[in-house]
Amino acid sequence: MTRALLALVLLLPVGLVAGCGGDEDGTTLRVLAAASLAGPFEELAEEFERTHDGVEVELSSGGSTDLVAQVREGAPADVLATADTATMDVAVADGLTDGAPRTIATNVLQLAVPPGNPAGVTGLADLDGPADPSADVALVVCAPEVPCGAAAQRVARAAGVELSPVSEERSVSDVLGKVVSGEADAGLVYVTDVRAAGDAVEGIVLPEAAEAVNRYPVAALADSAEPDLAQEFLDLVLGDLGRQVLRDAGFGPPEPPS
Amino acid sequence: MTPGVPRWLLAPAALGAAFVLLPLVAIVVRVPWGDFGELVTSEASREALLLSLRTSATSTVLCVLLGVPMAAVLARTSFPGRAVVRSLVLLPLVLPPVVGGLALLYTFGRRGLLGETLEVLGVQVAFSTAAVVLAQTFVALPFLVLSLEGSLRTAGERYELVAATLGARPTTVFRRVTLPLVLPGLLSGAVLAFARALGEFGATVTFAGSLEGVTRTMPTQIYLLRETDADGAVALSLLLVVVAVLVIGLATRGRAADRGLA
Repeated sequence: MTRALLALVLLLPVGLVAGCGGDEDGTTLRVLAAASLAGPFEELAEEFERTHDGVEVELSSGGSTDLVAQVREGAPADVLATADTATMDVAVADGLTDGAPRTIATNVLQLAVPPGNPAGVTGLADLDGPADPSADVALVVCAPEVPCGAAAQRVARAAGVELSPVSEERSVSDVLGKVVSGEADAGLVYVTDVRAAGDAVEGIVLPEAAEAVNRYPVAALADSAEPDLAQEFLDLVLGDLGRQVLRDAGFGPPEPPS
Repeated sequence: MTPGVPRWLLAPAALGAAFVLLPLVAIVVRVPWGDFGELVTSEASREALLLSLRTSATSTVLCVLLGVPMAAVLARTSFPGRAVVRSLVLLPLVLPPVVGGLALLYTFGRRGLLGETLEVLGVQVAFSTAAVVLAQTFVALPFLVLSLEGSLRTAGERYELVAATLGARPTTVFRRVTLPLVLPGLLSGAVLAFARALGEFGATVTFAGSLEGVTRTMPTQIYLLRETDADGAVALSLLLVVVAVLVIGLATRGRAADRGLA
């Protein structure tokens, strides 16, 4: 009795873990998408499943660099969509992609402030100045190492201001979190993040944002087990419906009017 | 000659050891040794390491100041609900660090429980080095309490009873008998707390932010560096592992020396 119980306890984790990986008879299309694309891509994945019988789309979203690193370390994936061209260029240079990446959408920065705008921020000019611990306005931005931080630097240069943030976060969602919680008075995030946050923040349009337009490329992956399905998913994202869904989420068209 | 263990325990024990050690080996294999020195001595890395050592040391002092009384109360007194209090105090051990960070945010943040009071007092915790220390102390305190409480129970109350019978006051007993008895446990508890504070990441990122020289500790620097410089991140990771191993080695040597004396 005890022995049987012991065997059961020992084998239980094996059974539980093995159960997750087991594929049913259907096919799985694995899509890796930048965190900011998660919402619209979920919608498109559902549409894809509806029109493709027996196909299940497995969407995982995260930071673009993390996604590229996962592909490089051999994670099974069929489609990759990143939040900027620089990370996609790395994937292309490493020979991870199949075919040239194509731009699906663009995004620009906005200033997010807590509801009611307690610090009375009106634009980047209010945030100008050297580092000052007793500054009236606590500004949070992305670190220059990540795409949204690089964009923030370009926008600041275009506006001719020197930003002195109290924190440089690793992702846009970390910046947004600091604004939503009221810790920061303002944060530089994408217009789509402001849209997705709903009533939790207010967005302030920046005229200088046009100087730093972020492009979102998508590509099929070289090690894909389902290259035909991957191509069909790309067609969906690049087609009319894809454009519509991305536009509804606040993204700009792939080729912004210059 | 020790009785040893049944032979069938050896295989799973070796498996467990491999499970822990193999990832460390994997890091060492990935380190770009040619540029190692350059990578770990960059300005940003030095700032991060110094900040980590400084904040961890401060947190450890705070842990000792708060944890010793807590452990003493938990080990030497009995009151209704003691078991519940004990479990709650140890909660940060099992809490996901991000949840810990949120909890701290809702306590010390500008809109938190104590935020307004602190603001009136002119204390601004958000985005300051103090926030890092708070996060580290929060996650490290249970290690010290747990370790010291164990030592207190093992040491027993015999000597304390004798001292009390001979007329020593409670403060004298605590200072002259209890603390010296459990000093090795206190030391290793403090070292564990220091190591835990050094590795703190989740609560810091959620609660304190990330700015070079102010709140960007080693783990946050590694996390950020991965974005642009994977080699640099691996090199810094190894440096942090080495510091942690040194700290743990120090703690276990302290224990061994103590046993040798006893």
